[in-house]
Amino acid sequence: MQVPEQAAQGPAARELGDFLERRREQIAQRWADVPLFRTVFTVSRDEAVEACKVVVDALREVASSGRLDDVAAPGFDPAREQLGRMAASRARGGVSPAQVANEAAGLRAAAAELLRGEDLPAHEAREALLALTVLMGTLRVVIMETTVLAGDELIARQRQQLLEVATPVISLWEGVVAVPLIGTLDSARSQVVMESLLQAVVERRARHAILDITGVPTVDSLVAHHLMQTVAAVRLMGAECIVSGIRPAIAQTIVHLGIDLSAVLTRGSLADALEYALARQGTEVSRRAAGATPR
Amino acid sequence: MPAPDPAATTTMPIGSDADLAWVRHRVRQCAAGLGFGLVQQTKLVTAASELARNTLVHGGGGQVEITPLADGPRRGIRLAFTDSGPGIGDVDLAMTDGYSSACGLGLGLGGARRLVDELTVDSRAGQGAVVTVVAWLTGAPTDRTGRG
Ligand SMILES: Nc1ncnc2c1ncn2[C@@H]1O[C@H](COP(=O)(O)OP(=O)(O)OP(=O)(O)O)[C@@H](O)[C@H]1O
Ligand SMILES: [Mg+2]
Repeated sequence: MQVPEQAAQGPAARELGDFLERRREQIAQRWADVPLFRTVFTVSRDEAVEACKVVVDALREVASSGRLDDVAAPGFDPAREQLGRMAASRARGGVSPAQVANEAAGLRAAAAELLRGEDLPAHEAREALLALTVLMGTLRVVIMETTVLAGDELIARQRQQLLEVATPVISLWEGVVAVPLIGTLDSARSQVVMESLLQAVVERRARHAILDITGVPTVDSLVAHHLMQTVAAVRLMGAECIVSGIRPAIAQTIVHLGIDLSAVLTRGSLADALEYALARQGTEVSRRAAGATPR
Repeated sequence: MPAPDPAATTTMPIGSDADLAWVRHRVRQCAAGLGFGLVQQTKLVTAASELARNTLVHGGGGQVEITPLADGPRRGIRLAFTDSGPGIGDVDLAMTDGYSSACGLGLGLGGARRLVDELTVDSRAGQGAVVTVVAWLTGAPTDRTGRG
């Protein structure tokens, strides 16, 4: 996906690549216990750890190439076959592609925990965490693609639908939750997104919620309507909602459609939105130096 | 008058939300294939999304015909959305921004018209609706960049 902030991701992507190299072993050890790997590689744990390393290495390669949000990045290639086999095995076990996607989302949390434990300056830590979020979102789509390809009875039409499954709410920072939306925001799905976002705002006591639409290909009047409703609902919960990732082509289209988003707080990228939220919360970035454990 | 090649027409059903996703996908593919740039693709796909949803929601379902057009060196696409629902009694009213008989924003028809080069509505109350749009490629064809 073409995103304008790609250039700014450069240093953070490299930082992330270094982290993945440094913590390869620890990440693999943690992932080996996640259902996605544990239930597939049942013969021995070592086997699962090795499989995890293949994925970590692929992610490091993609991060170093700076193509964090590119599903087609060549860095993923060495892991694709294995991911396909894992997906097929999960599918045989009766697990739906949507469940597999959720399991894949669980990988992020484990890696993020390790990343937070790194002794990085606050600003770098924040950027690296964002880069990790983007990268793991991309991995999720790669896994879903292989999952779908693995079930050959699934025709292309279903594949399209599957790419539109709900996206988990991520705790980006203390008091900041985010939903990186990927695919179409139809009524049913936007209902799910709204509910999980509102629930997350309450449970995680968020004061800012970010809806990132970088991965939404079309914003028509219905999608815009859903976005505005979600923003209004978040506001009613006492939190502030920011919509990020409106790409230039979509911005032009929204204007021609005649949709007035002036009441909606928007920011170019997820990173900009987070920066805004943190500034509003008065978080002294330098205060959260090494040792801090933001959630 | 552009000479559409009937052999190149694709007809797709519009009967569910999943069909809408599929129509968007196909329109984007077709526009990208003809060399539409990213902005033009996005505009056309968004217009198609609005009209296909109207076919589904207000017209009770129907179909769309996607036809590539050639007029000399000009390239374009025609999309014809057909349903046999209640029809649009007052086209001018339906076109008005903010008018919605449901609880939508009422920007679908008016917005779609601003996103394409031509939009025509052929409908009478009780007789279904045919909404046709045409978009012409502007500038030099670009490489395929379509996604989603
Ligand atoms: N295919 C159709 N058959 C019957 N009535 C239609 C059709 N298309 C549009 N209409 C009528 O025109 C009105 C305006 O349509 P428009 O798409 O602009 O708004 P909407 O669909 O109500 O809301 P939205 O902004 O979500 O699209 C509709 O409310 C409906 O009454
Ligand atoms: Mg409409």
